[in-house]
Amino acid sequence: MKAAVIVFPGSNCDRDMYHALTDFTDAETVDLVPHTSETVEAYDAIFLPGGFSYGDYLRSGAIARFAPVMQSVIAEAEKGKPILGVCNGFQILLEADLLPGAMKRNKHLKYMCRTVDVNVENADTCFTRAYEQGERLRMPIAHGEGNYECDEATYEALKANNRIAFTYASDVNGSIGNIAGITNEAGNVLGMMPHPERAMEKLLGSEDGRRLFTSVYRHWRDAHAVTT
Amino acid sequence: MINVHVYITLKEGVLDPQGQAVQRSLAALGYEEVDTVNVGKWLKLEIVDGPDVETRVEQMCEQLLANPVIENYTYTLEREEKV
Repeated sequence: MKAAVIVFPGSNCDRDMYHALTDFTDAETVDLVPHTSETVEAYDAIFLPGGFSYGDYLRSGAIARFAPVMQSVIAEAEKGKPILGVCNGFQILLEADLLPGAMKRNKHLKYMCRTVDVNVENADTCFTRAYEQGERLRMPIAHGEGNYECDEATYEALKANNRIAFTYASDVNGSIGNIAGITNEAGNVLGMMPHPERAMEKLLGSEDGRRLFTSVYRHWRDAHAVTT
Repeated sequence: MINVHVYITLKEGVLDPQGQAVQRSLAALGYEEVDTVNVGKWLKLEIVDGPDVETRVEQMCEQLLANPVIENYTYTLEREEKV
């Protein structure tokens, strides 16, 4: 598997994502790909890290969505390749219309940085297959704008089509339905606010993020298994 | 040059946590008559005059300046009178 971690001006979880992929999957290549890159066609999976792309000026993710590399990310998403956006990466996926809805300031207007309980709502995606359905995970959050908002029809569609991948176990930021992560209709694009790439080692609090990366790897491996 | 004033507000029905915080602060200061506060953004663009200024401003709002999922926008154009 060849994995791309996109680096925007202001990305600050790119190294954590790189670490998660290089040290906890058998990916043959993991590249930090700059936002100016023209294409990510050569990669099997694409990762948009957290941070403050373009300083979050105007709105989180609004400017990053127009970075040169995003045209290619959108094209690869449409081909069905796994695309993961974490935190600011999730906000960029929303702004790019790869996922529905929008982010508002947290309900209490506070920036929150702590570890929370996260429920696996759908263990049947290429990002969550190594988890158990309904499993409770511990993952760090670190965001000021993670209050997920969408209209009623979108929310009903997300529920009806099993597109809510993760929920918070309690109301942490005001998100509709305690949503922590959603997928697109095809299931190959996941956006989530909690940081799996910061939950890779027990020493640092949790290793519950590991299986998200092994899920993506296994998905790729199974799709490319030599069938003889 | 044309001055374009773009006002961005949250859509009706979208909870405005910033507005609520300001409303509570006003109430704490004794301004209890304030029922609702909405917090939005104002952007002022100085634009070179041209044939389709309005269409282009509309596109700027749709594409980048506002997030149409949760935000509304309005704008006014202000042409500087030549003396």
